Amino acid sequence: MDSRWTYLDYNATAPVRPEVVARVAEAMTIGGNPSSVHRFGRLACAFVDRARDAVGGLVGAEAEQVLFTSGATEANTLGLRSLARHAAPGGRACAASRILISAIEHDSVLGAAHTLDLPVETVPVTAGGVLDLGALDKMLGAGGTPVVALMLANNETGVLQPVAEVATRVHAVGGTLHCDAVQAAGRVPLDLDALGADTLVVSSHKLGGPMGAGALIVRNLTLVSPMLVGGGQERGLRAGTENVAGLAGFGLAAELALSDVANSNKIKALRDDLENRLHVIAPAAQVFGADAERIPNTTCLALAGLDNETQVIALDLAGVAVSAGAACSSGKVAAPRVLRAMGAPEALAKAAIRVSLGWASTAADIDRFCAAWSEFVARHAARAVAPNPYSRAAGAQ
Amino acid sequence: MSTMATKATEPTKSAVTRNIPLPIYLDYQATTPTDPRVFGAMLPYFTTKFGNPHSRSHSFGWESEEAVETARGQVAALIGASDKEIIFTSGATESNNLAIKGVGRFYKDRRNEIVTVVTEHKCVLDACRHLEQEEGFKVTYLAVQKNGLIDLNHLREAVTDKTALVSVMAVNNEIGVIQPLKEIAAIAHEKGAFFHTDAAQAAGKIPLDVEAMGIDLMSISGHKIYGPKGIGALYVRRKPRVRLHALIHGGGQERGMRSGTVPTPLVVGLGKACEIAKNEMGTDNERIRALSDRLYNGITKQLKDIVLNGDRDHRFPGNLNLSFSYVEGESLMMGIRDIAVSSGSACTSASLEPSYVLRALGVEEEMAHTSIRFGIGRMTTEAEIDYAIETVVKHVKKLREMSPLWEMVQEGIDLKSIQWSEH
Repeated sequence: MDSRWTYLDYNATAPVRPEVVARVAEAMTIGGNPSSVHRFGRLACAFVDRARDAVGGLVGAEAEQVLFTSGATEANTLGLRSLARHAAPGGRACAASRILISAIEHDSVLGAAHTLDLPVETVPVTAGGVLDLGALDKMLGAGGTPVVALMLANNETGVLQPVAEVATRVHAVGGTLHCDAVQAAGRVPLDLDALGADTLVVSSHKLGGPMGAGALIVRNLTLVSPMLVGGGQERGLRAGTENVAGLAGFGLAAELALSDVANSNKIKALRDDLENRLHVIAPAAQVFGADAERIPNTTCLALAGLDNETQVIALDLAGVAVSAGAACSSGKVAAPRVLRAMGAPEALAKAAIRVSLGWASTAADIDRFCAAWSEFVARHAARAVAPNPYSRAAGAQ
Repeated sequence: MSTMATKATEPTKSAVTRNIPLPIYLDYQATTPTDPRVFGAMLPYFTTKFGNPHSRSHSFGWESEEAVETARGQVAALIGASDKEIIFTSGATESNNLAIKGVGRFYKDRRNEIVTVVTEHKCVLDACRHLEQEEGFKVTYLAVQKNGLIDLNHLREAVTDKTALVSVMAVNNEIGVIQPLKEIAAIAHEKGAFFHTDAAQAAGKIPLDVEAMGIDLMSISGHKIYGPKGIGALYVRRKPRVRLHALIHGGGQERGMRSGTVPTPLVVGLGKACEIAKNEMGTDNERIRALSDRLYNGITKQLKDIVLNGDRDHRFPGNLNLSFSYVEGESLMMGIRDIAVSSGSACTSASLEPSYVLRALGVEEEMAHTSIRFGIGRMTTEAEIDYAIETVVKHVKKLREMSPLWEMVQEGIDLKSIQWSEH
């Protein structure tokens, strides 16, 4: 990566790992359509098979349970609509009657939920950013067959959600659980059976793999109701010529991310160092979800009175890339929906920026961020909080 | 026979002396090799310019977004569209699903009929079948003539003022015939229906102009035009505006028609592939036509009873679908295994069922079984074509020598007159 830059926006996308670029290049050179029976086809197919094993390995699933898609958004849509339309596991043949989604889900889950012709209800989160289990219990108690969507780690705050507990409760009432694990994969150990979710979603480009690849991991394939038809790929559950090079890269990224999980203390140490220094720079700075269990790479911080848009622009000019809310199409920087769901005051939510680390992050990146942010705070907070006409006049001379 | 067996190993030797790497790739309809210039253009977007194109808070995002918009322009330029009419998808299968289901569902209340053709790609047929079986649409599947082209009079009869969409592919993937797009569009428009064309095999191969041809929606694939797999586009006309229901929802990317992070390197690759295709279509096609003629003439000069499937004139020359009479298809495929070809569409070639496209042309089952699709493209060389001619001719001759049917035909017996006894 360009050393003139400090990239700390891994939750939006990660730089592609060099080994992955090499694998993508190799697969591109070989060519071939995996559906072709000749040698070129078989070679292409081998890349896809290997990737399927690796992605299964990342989440503790069998290769057969992995369905490749064009990315997490497609996988979220496919997973949610499949659960909504199909029978509950255990042979209970009743389609879902309601959808419950947590208040902090990704836009793709939100978007998919609202197109399924079922009532959509929102399950609140606590001020700490964790799903409110008490509220969920009440909602589940109201009856019906629910499809519940709960992400494993939130993209804005990094707060981990009680997916296994929720799975047990949802299954107890005959419902199903969809889990978007995009931000958790490669950052914490994952095991499909332990999580208990019926469908799980992983994205390639958040792991340091290429964009344009993702997976829906399904405990029971008979639940899947295909969205893209024609051609019979992915066991007839997701048609379209496989993105061979992209999947090859995804597979390798999954292997490498799995070994990163084992060394996650390194990232966590960097992140903790960052948070300690933030509090020195600005004792009033707040870290959202600090008291909850979080993935080790994410800090969502705010200092009241600092506008997040101004912050990210200043940081960008200083060569530091961070984010002020999820990367999506809107282009508008609103107070993040997630922080509002946590009950953060509007002024604080509008000040929030997200710093997210990844495989190439170093201590130097943290130094650089702290220096740039410290300078910004000194300039803006000082002016806003303690105007000093004398020093300003002195500066003008 | 022992001399035969020895001879069978010879092609490898002759290929080595000619310095041709084996196997030879002649399956350009299944997928094309990625042009090195395409991968070259993509590479920086993996390594240094890796930003999420939807990130609004730093230069990585802006840089990536700019690259996406440049690519959009390159795709639009290839087909005479404007940038805003191009929606990026994960490939032609998604584009076809989006066009058919998306438009069908949007206009369903007023128009719930779709007209398509029996020789369409499986994903078009399956999307139509889904609407027919699950969502109450009426779908008309037009037959084709012996040459693979539709009869415009039949189309005119099938399109009604309840028709929402007419979907006819531009170039057929199995036999390469080019349908009369402009005429089809005019017939669709007379009744107020939109015209969608699956141009996965056509974009970059034959001149396409959405304005001049009256195309309302067009599906494009990256990996059929020397670009990457996992990326495609759907052209959606803005004047008059075509509306559709999205299949994939979320962040609202691609003007709400297709959510999900736009994969910058893939999009850059598709854009570059379109740019190259636009600039080099003329010279590419001249070469391809010459190689195609060379292959066809080379084979038919030495072998009789070879049938070219699909119309002789209205075709993309890079597709040569031939049936070899009196030869067992599987044995021929085994014999010429140094040449990567397809005996049907790639999606279904693993099955032994005769191709539904050839059957739709009225090709008899035996002849459909002995058909081979030779796909010729940008990287094909004259030496490869010569090797293919030599190998195919040798193996067809050998198989015919072993065929009792061939022997009878040579003796002047009309096979159709024989009363085969049933055992």
